[in-house]
Amino acid sequence: MAFQFPSDEWIKELSRQLNESEAYEKSARDWEGDFVFVVEPDDEYDRSAYLFLGLYHGKSPAAQALESEDEREAEFVMRAPFTNWRKVIEGKLDPIQGMMTKKLRVQGNMMKVMRYPKAAKEIVTCCALVPTDFGD
Amino acid sequence: MWYFVSPEIVFGEGALDALDELQGERALIVTDATLVDLGMVAEVQGRLEAAGLGVQVFAEVEPDPGLQTVRRGAEVAHEFQPDWIVGLGGGSPMDAAKAIWVLYERPDLHPAEINPFVHLGLRQKARLVTIPTTSGTGAEVTWGIVLTDAEEQRKMGLGNRENVADIAIVDPAMAAGMPPQLTADTGLDALTHAVEGYTCTWHTDVTDGLCVSAARLIFQYLPRAVADAHSAALRRGSGQGSGQGSDMEARERMHNAATCAGLGFGNAMASMAHAVGHVLGATFHVPHGRAVAISLPYTIEFAAREAPDRFAELAGLLGCSQAGGEQAARALAARIRDLCREVGNPISVAETGIERETYEAQLEKMVDDAFNDTQIITAARAPSYDELRQLFLYAYEGRPVDF
Repeated sequence: MAFQFPSDEWIKELSRQLNESEAYEKSARDWEGDFVFVVEPDDEYDRSAYLFLGLYHGKSPAAQALESEDEREAEFVMRAPFTNWRKVIEGKLDPIQGMMTKKLRVQGNMMKVMRYPKAAKEIVTCCALVPTDFGD
Repeated sequence: MWYFVSPEIVFGEGALDALDELQGERALIVTDATLVDLGMVAEVQGRLEAAGLGVQVFAEVEPDPGLQTVRRGAEVAHEFQPDWIVGLGGGSPMDAAKAIWVLYERPDLHPAEINPFVHLGLRQKARLVTIPTTSGTGAEVTWGIVLTDAEEQRKMGLGNRENVADIAIVDPAMAAGMPPQLTADTGLDALTHAVEGYTCTWHTDVTDGLCVSAARLIFQYLPRAVADAHSAALRRGSGQGSGQGSDMEARERMHNAATCAGLGFGNAMASMAHAVGHVLGATFHVPHGRAVAISLPYTIEFAAREAPDRFAELAGLLGCSQAGGEQAARALAARIRDLCREVGNPISVAETGIERETYEAQLEKMVDDAFNDTQIITAARAPSYDELRQLFLYAYEGRPVDF
């Protein structure tokens, strides 16, 4: 079964994959900071979507699709057009390189993010484990 | 989309003459005490003063410079108000110079805030010149800054594309007096940059050629440069010389190779050998080049089983093996160990003199730190925590990785 991106089911499946990942747990052992991912419309996707991912001490205790960016408070907000999210999920855009080239824009304490590059990488590894339907 | 950044590079015999043309009011030289003693700071200072600049020297940079050092250097800069910062030395003074420059321009920043995601707005007060006195780090052309957090015994990878130097002066005369061990350690550092720049997942078409060229030069000229350093040391020991080398071809080609490798990996990335080497350096003060070179063959062998292609390709280009696949990658690792042996360097952690008991007592923290080092994210084969732990043990014993 493939999970449509972006959707409540997709972010919940990512959360489940993270909770099963030993590599993520080890690399984010001290991490505290939830994310809201903002999917912006572009040629391939015609609306905005908001996904909340709770992250705490190497686990993901919560995940849900939101109606708006402000529905749940998060320490970090990461935004990108749909196509760039797709590239990240498919492993075609490294998330750190994406942030360096502003393909992914992050609001929040980048100093903190920089201390956990491996955790960022593991989140993307888990993204790739989610069977994803991009609505093609 | 990606970037390639570089200073203007003045290189070759007589490159130091570029200082004679520098225009400005004041220059702050950031360096270390050894280079003051060796007279190299006086050489640079004299040229800057002849060019009409007032000069102040900050010579407090220690190996593996810490946050406090760059803060002190920034205070000196604030008082002196230079329009040029001159980073003179090996990687430590040049990295410190970069950080001091950023903090001078942006006193609102904490050193740890120097990251690639922000706009720094540099070059409002000063510009940066780098002059390497070793042939290895490539720091003269890279924007990365490595500082050490002494409290956490952890190396911090910082930097922003803006803090690349404006001018890099790569004059072989500045490195011709390196003693044998320093020549070997720094040359192997450059080799590690070349190999990792070529094989990391962030490699690019634009950087590949630089990495291959650097690796070729290093395999060819490093043994000669080290032999020259031994000869110079013997001559000095018998009162017949100043310690300067005489095989200037080898010295110059190595100096150029280090800069090429710096451009190569600095615009791609380093990788797992640096993650492991950083930890050995931070924990046991193994010199950086020695630490990463010890680690490199083990990380290549680890990648060889599942992701050998780039290593095999490089092995072919360097004439190590035409076999392809895992076999070629392992041949590259073996060739690197041969070079380490040839220049008198260790190929295992045990050979550095670290006691096994001491090593194992630090093992969990080392694995933890390497696992979370910035450089590990570009590894061709990502290690699990347990695999990384195993690799540290193999590297200690000198056992080729077979998992």
